[in-house]
Amino acid sequence: MELLEKVEAIKEAKSVANKIKLGHVHLSGCTGCLVSVADNYQGFLKILDDYADLVYCLTLADVRHIPEMDVALVEGSVCIQDRESVEDIKETRKKSRIVVALGSCASYGNITRFCRGGQHNQPQHESYLPIGDLIDVDVYIPGCPPSPELIRNVAIMAYLLLEGNEEQKALAGRYLKPLMDLAKRGTTRCFCDLMNDVINQGLCIGCGICAASCPVRAIAHEFGKPQGDLNLCIKCGSCYGACPRSFFNPDVISEFESINEIIAGALKEGEKDD
Amino acid sequence: MIEDPYLGKYVTCVSARSTDKEILKKAQDGGIATALMVYALEQGIIDGAIVAGKGDLPWKPRPFVAMSREDILKAQRAKYNISPQVSWLKEATRSFGLDKVGVTGVCCQMQAVRKAQLYPINMRDVPGKVAFAVGLFCMVNFPYDSIQALVEDHANKSFSSVKKMEFGKGKFFVHTERGNVSTVPLKETHKYEQSGCHVCLDYVSNLADISTGSVGSPDGWSTVFIRTKVGNEIWSKAVAEGLFETKPIEEVKPGLGLVMKLAKEKIDKNRKTLEERRNFGVNKALRDPYA
Ligand SMILES: Cc1cc2nc3c(=O)[nH]c(=O)nc-3n(C[C@H](O)[C@H](O)[C@H](O)COP(=O)(O)OP(=O)(O)OC[C@H]3O[C@@H](n4cnc5c(N)ncnc54)[C@H](O)[C@@H]3O)c2cc1C
Ligand code: SF4
Ligand code: SF4
Ligand code: SF4
Repeated sequence: MELLEKVEAIKEAKSVANKIKLGHVHLSGCTGCLVSVADNYQGFLKILDDYADLVYCLTLADVRHIPEMDVALVEGSVCIQDRESVEDIKETRKKSRIVVALGSCASYGNITRFCRGGQHNQPQHESYLPIGDLIDVDVYIPGCPPSPELIRNVAIMAYLLLEGNEEQKALAGRYLKPLMDLAKRGTTRCFCDLMNDVINQGLCIGCGICAASCPVRAIAHEFGKPQGDLNLCIKCGSCYGACPRSFFNPDVISEFESINEIIAGALKEGEKDD
Repeated sequence: MIEDPYLGKYVTCVSARSTDKEILKKAQDGGIATALMVYALEQGIIDGAIVAGKGDLPWKPRPFVAMSREDILKAQRAKYNISPQVSWLKEATRSFGLDKVGVTGVCCQMQAVRKAQLYPINMRDVPGKVAFAVGLFCMVNFPYDSIQALVEDHANKSFSSVKKMEFGKGKFFVHTERGNVSTVPLKETHKYEQSGCHVCLDYVSNLADISTGSVGSPDGWSTVFIRTKVGNEIWSKAVAEGLFETKPIEEVKPGLGLVMKLAKEKIDKNRKTLEERRNFGVNKALRDPYA
């Protein structure tokens, strides 16, 4: 009952006038993050129909200069020899209410950490930093690429946070908190963080989710405990983010069934168009 | 919906056992976990299930994606050591191409699955494709070497002669294929426990669709919590089709009271451990994973 009311409340709150302004800022990333955004298919269209205007996105929208935004999804790390990128990320911070590091390059440097420069045709492009090293970031969405579903969840929760009623704001705040905490925790995460923060602290339960989340299969389980191949690790931070012992948001996660229904409810009309 | 601080949310709780003779023969308890996954597979509710099957050493589980009744049956009986069960969660949807994944596992593994659904960090396709999660009650788990030491050094049985292991009535029981039973007092087992279990705040798999365990029900029967809409629908249909014999939990001995007592014991003790972690050093804390 309570849940139905929540879903109804979202429908009421969706009036077009209240759409939030969403932007995709593209730095040194492979466009995989943007593909993940688009991989929400009808759900993405539904978000654009009812909840957000895409006000900036080099690939999809014809806008040249970074505008004022409610939520900026930033893909890729910053090449600090590229003045334009450095200006872009500063501009993004100044003009956005919420800056989201979209994907592991923006959050942790990821594969771009391994750049050494020296190649044609601009050999001076050689040092790449996650955006958090240059500006304050509000929310992290780690993942290489980030999963479409997490982007969708964050987009809907950001909408509820900015435009929802009190109850929705509270839920969105609770949902986003761990992703905000990740943004505060720092700009480097790799398998070592599981070692330092989980395994060494006597918290690992051998569940195996770290291995499942690793995009390069750098993690094997030896007698139940994760063993990372540090030569393979690309520093995407996924294993750390996914581990139930890095963060576990008990009251939000125990609401999994109703939150899933709220999200499904918010995206419902999009599904009907399939 | 009942909401209990120790037993979690649930629609109903019953005592039950499978009516399938083949499943019952090798089940740990009432064969609930296996019968439910087989049913879900046969009904098309899932395309395959992640279960803890036989590994390369005796009683060492190997998580794998079972795609047939036969494979699900191979995973029967509790192996009291770590099975990195959810390491297959994303692969099940990708390499195995499953659209509807079933998962069995202990409480913390249910937590991992639900976190992966709600915060899918590098877990593309997982959130919508977990179709059915069956959780087991769990007091504590052991590393493989530890369970081997308990069986071989404490119970004095060769690992390969063991038919079934069991915790209950204050003891660890080791049953051999030839019908011999050895017991080890529970207090001797504590030092072998996995330390990560000592902060675990769940005894009855609160986050599963359906959770089951032996405690509370008579031998050969299981205690079953039906927890979610998905779980309730599957359970109702399976019972209507005669897959399970059921009894109201109020009518069996020792009943829900014992489940509650053990849940409370585990969770209160582990809350204390979390408290101790807060002052582990001098003005220094160990991490609290729930903070
Ligand atoms: C580590 C552990 C601790 C437990 N502690 C308790 C307890 O304190 N109180 C209680 O009442 N019950 C406990 N159980 C549950 C109980 O032992 C039975 O597993 C449960 O009742 C299921 O019995 P069944 O006859 O329905 O399942 P079966 O038909 O025998 O099937 C067993 C199922 O368990 C899964 N499984 C087996 N070993 C593992 C493992 N190591 N990790 C993950 N999944 C596994 C298999 O995939 C299979 O699906 C525990 C189980 C485990 C694995
Ligand atoms: S995800 Fe965390 S708790 Fe699970 S096996 Fe990996 S390190 Fe251990
Ligand atoms: S081990 Fe894998 S998941 Fe973890 S940071 Fe390295 S590449 Fe990413
Ligand atoms: S006690 Fe908790 S942490 Fe340990 S195996 Fe059981 S469910 Fe997992």
